[in-house]
Amino acid sequence: MLCQNCQEHDAKVHVSKIINGEKEDIYLCEECAHISEGLDFGLDFSFNNLLTGLLNNQFHPHHKINLSNHKIKCEFCGLSYDIFSKSGRLGCNECYNSFTDKIDKVLRRIHGNNRHTGKVPKRAGERVMVKRRVKELRKLMDEAVATEEFERAAELRDEIKELKDEIGE
Amino acid sequence: MIDELISQWMKKTGPDSDVVISSRIRLARNLENIKFTNQASEDELKEVINNVNNLLLNDNKFGLNLLELSNLSQNKKNMLVERHLISPDLSERNINNAVALSSEETISLMINEEDHLRLQVLLPGLQLQEAWDLADKIDDYLEQGINIAFDEKYGYLTACPTNVGTGLRSSIMVHLPALTMVNRVKNFIAAISQLGLAVRGLYGEGTETVGNLYQISNQVTLGRSEDEIIENLIEVTHQIITQERNAREILLKEKEMFLKDQIYRAYGTLKYAYKISVEEAMKLISNVRLGIDLGIIEDVESTILNQLMVIIRPATLQVLKGEEMTIEDRHIYRAQLIRERLQ
Ligand SMILES: [Zn+2]
Ligand SMILES: [Zn+2]
Repeated sequence: MLCQNCQEHDAKVHVSKIINGEKEDIYLCEECAHISEGLDFGLDFSFNNLLTGLLNNQFHPHHKINLSNHKIKCEFCGLSYDIFSKSGRLGCNECYNSFTDKIDKVLRRIHGNNRHTGKVPKRAGERVMVKRRVKELRKLMDEAVATEEFERAAELRDEIKELKDEIGE
Repeated sequence: MIDELISQWMKKTGPDSDVVISSRIRLARNLENIKFTNQASEDELKEVINNVNNLLLNDNKFGLNLLELSNLSQNKKNMLVERHLISPDLSERNINNAVALSSEETISLMINEEDHLRLQVLLPGLQLQEAWDLADKIDDYLEQGINIAFDEKYGYLTACPTNVGTGLRSSIMVHLPALTMVNRVKNFIAAISQLGLAVRGLYGEGTETVGNLYQISNQVTLGRSEDEIIENLIEVTHQIITQERNAREILLKEKEMFLKDQIYRAYGTLKYAYKISVEEAMKLISNVRLGIDLGIIEDVESTILNQLMVIIRPATLQVLKGEEMTIEDRHIYRAQLIRERLQ
């Protein structure tokens, strides 16, 4: 069983707490238990608290907060990682790209997995594939331009246009 | 539609309804390239509503009616919460949110909640598979007219990473009076959390459990298919049903007098009380429903009890009365409603 606070180390310490007259059992690693000693831990294991805890990593002694990480911003919606790690809410679909390293790690912790295996929507699914192809072609086109293969670049440009028309962009 | 006392579907019973009150599927979806509701501008939020509205105007296959929440009184919004048609969060925000409801109120599409779209299908009894099949169809229909944010790796993109992937929250509401009486609920809650399921109160996370009603739902939404998630919950539900039925049988065999005493006292109080709080009423209704399910009380239908569980709640009560009431007046009116329906 993993420590309920940091979700990183094996839980070795069992703490019982009476919260609102109800006994709660909490399992912590030695480090986290040590920190909690003598403090009013005020443990609130609500979903959101667990989540923002994972995003912050700030309670764990093994983790130094990497401040530069917290300055990353999503270019599309302007949300900073700092705000995200406090609210636990992303600002737009692009945020998943903007914070990809962090999010990937957190998703594995929450879901034990980082890859969707369920339903693929028909239209959006197709669009995702086409967009990926467009991205690849763009890269090739840039390369072609850089190496002055203009004929090849024009071909690629047409192909990109065709694909974009297909998905209505 | 919402002027009726209760949702049409609540007048019906479903499979295994002695233990399972309702089955619910919720899908979280967002529109592509529009900021999620927490970051979106007023115009962007309007755009989301317009997109859904246009879709419904063009082709309303599922007969959904759009209600702008800013046009409703706070009491009416709270009433929708009491019927599980919108979330408490949505009822508190004031502008640019809406809900689209089907006439039976089995389908509800919340607009501009935490995610742009939260589709919900709610059916009586254990009908999780049926609810999913319907939700899946509505989802396909929405996706034809609206660009949904989807990522090849992460699946459906949601505002909170706990919903990403399938965006699916499947839940059942169970009535566990016998397991509660024999103090087994804590055990089973602990066991269930080991299986990636969560137990919550009547109105979602952080809300209290009343009337021995518990909501059980999946936690994991990424890395498992919709079918796996639903199968897992159905499997666990079958076990809960068996456990609760066993506990009822044992109580009936070993503690018949205790049980009958509890049930008839509850029935008597509900039939004759002139003042009653929600908490007390919910407790007593739970006992009477147990009496009906065990065949001890034969002159009341269990659907009446399900309906009572909704209409005695504060907002619905006040909408019904057509005026704001003091707590004292509510207690009196609540008792009156219950007496009338149990005669
Ligand atoms: Zn730890
Ligand atoms: Zn963003």
